[in-house]
Amino acid sequence: MAFEPVLTNHVREPNAFTLDFYQSHARGYEGLRKALAFQPNDIIEQVKASGLRGRGGAGFPTGLKWQFVLKDTPKPKYIACNADESEPGTFKDHVLMERNPHLRIEGCAIGCYAIGARVAYIYIRGEFLHVQETLERAVAEAYRAGHLGKNIYGSGFDCDVFIHRGAGAYEAGEETALIESLEGKRAQPRLKPPFPAVEGLYQCPTAVNNVETLCNVPLIVLNGPQWFAGLGPEKNGGPKLFCVSGHVKRPGVYETSMHTTLRDLVFGDAYSQGMRDGRAFKAIIPGGSSVPILLEKDLDTPASFDHVQKAGSLLGSAGLIVMDDSVCMVWLAMNLLHFYRHESCGKCTPCREGGDWLYKLLMRVERGEGQMKDIDLLFGVANNIVGKTLCAFGDAAATPVLTTLDHFRHEFEAHVREGRCTLSADWRARQTAAAGAH
Amino acid sequence: MSFHPRIEYATFHRSERTFAELGEPFTYTPEHQAQFNEVVTHYPPEQRKSAILYALFLVQKQQGYITGASMRFVAEQIRCTPADVEDVVSYYTMFYTKPVGKYVLNVCRTLSCALLGAERVTEELSAKLGIAPGQTTPDGMFTLIEVECLGACDRAPVVMVNDDGWHERLAPEQAATFVDDLRARGYQALTGCHLHVEKK
Repeated sequence: MAFEPVLTNHVREPNAFTLDFYQSHARGYEGLRKALAFQPNDIIEQVKASGLRGRGGAGFPTGLKWQFVLKDTPKPKYIACNADESEPGTFKDHVLMERNPHLRIEGCAIGCYAIGARVAYIYIRGEFLHVQETLERAVAEAYRAGHLGKNIYGSGFDCDVFIHRGAGAYEAGEETALIESLEGKRAQPRLKPPFPAVEGLYQCPTAVNNVETLCNVPLIVLNGPQWFAGLGPEKNGGPKLFCVSGHVKRPGVYETSMHTTLRDLVFGDAYSQGMRDGRAFKAIIPGGSSVPILLEKDLDTPASFDHVQKAGSLLGSAGLIVMDDSVCMVWLAMNLLHFYRHESCGKCTPCREGGDWLYKLLMRVERGEGQMKDIDLLFGVANNIVGKTLCAFGDAAATPVLTTLDHFRHEFEAHVREGRCTLSADWRARQTAAAGAH
Repeated sequence: MSFHPRIEYATFHRSERTFAELGEPFTYTPEHQAQFNEVVTHYPPEQRKSAILYALFLVQKQQGYITGASMRFVAEQIRCTPADVEDVVSYYTMFYTKPVGKYVLNVCRTLSCALLGAERVTEELSAKLGIAPGQTTPDGMFTLIEVECLGACDRAPVVMVNDDGWHERLAPEQAATFVDDLRARGYQALTGCHLHVEKK
């Protein structure tokens, strides 16, 4: 049974981003209209019943997150929409924001109504200036048409949506760091608890939701929680965007249910159509760079939060990075540790210092200058980061090392034994290849 | 045995940061001042600091990079201390504290782009321009920077030019012509983001 996309069904049409199109083709803002007829609590109950799980990475039930937002307080409440899409391998929100911006604005408004907020901030990463233009135009359109602003549809509900531009920090994707950045500080995570639902933005109750999560909310309100839950496996309902990149023939964003297996996503004709240049499949990172690697034997796993977890990895942000047999796993860990070392916010010592040492050790092994004891040292340093930091970044930084050591320890040993990288592909930098060869 | 003698630090622009020079006295143009005044109203009155990133982007738009004097100016606008401003400037990678070229080539170097040749793109650009990543050409035209994931992994390798130009699928072999083309035709040489371009 082919899956009928509901989030991205119109993205290929040229005018999909306009309000006119959204209202004439996608039942635009009907969800908001319908939602305002319910009590806020009913909306939260509906989202809970739908089983919608956060699409940003953790897969936490959105309804619960909203329920935890403190109700009895004189303080204002806020929605912060996390559009700081920077997890390597993830580019789904990019499509949603650029081609279907009104869906997310509607989602923000419904979210505000449900938790009793009046203001939603969309935190968009600084590199997405072209996306920001589209969004700003969409927000202005929505204001003009009365979908945002004061007394929406005469219901007495006021809602403002503002766009806040980040300035280049991966860490700002972590919810408390995002709040810090919204407050005009360095994007560094806070100690939890208190959770943002109790003390978030400006010390007020805040719900931080991913773009894709909020995009699903209008659909749940319109079509009902049962419809949504029925779209996928138990507890993994709804449509899901998968971003496939790397060594596949047709990389891109594919919307399907979480029944779809990883093998389908990589090899299916409707999806990525298999490996490029007739090379063999080697490994896949199923959920953005922060999750463990899966191998050929795991490919028949359905791409749902629970199934992928059972297979030993995480669905995370659903950024599938596919690698063929030309990829050296030591290089892979080195590449990712360069990322984590650069993006670590520096607040917690294990992550800040550990990431740096991991990178240096990996560079040494990759160049063929390492010793066998370096491999154990890598393991030791990585394990001393896991669980010892304020946010999940530390675990994420250690993961590439632990997972490559777990599955490909023999490649590390081969580097040490032969004194060079044994897999120097033509897409790699010549300098590193040369350094590895001496 | 110490690690240090045998491991050199990788060079990337963030580690090269120094204190910003004080520079000429700075004020916004009336247009930028009006934009700033508008954006401040998005936040509660006592939370002006939220507008700091926007304020700094405006400075950068106006004079290309952020000087000590402009940080003092932003501090007055935000009503915080200059140290607060420098704290923010030194954290975020999109703020420059020294002059950059007319075209800043931000080459994505993270996994998905690297798998399709981003390392080679940097090498080719570096050879063509005669500079290492993090440096600016003597004629002030190009700055080459390696950045982390730009969020367009299906169109790898991706290069962001300044903060408003976008070029996708830059094969290493095309890197040299890309530079010539950019020099000759400016932003018209860029592919733009396919999601943004196709809808026009």
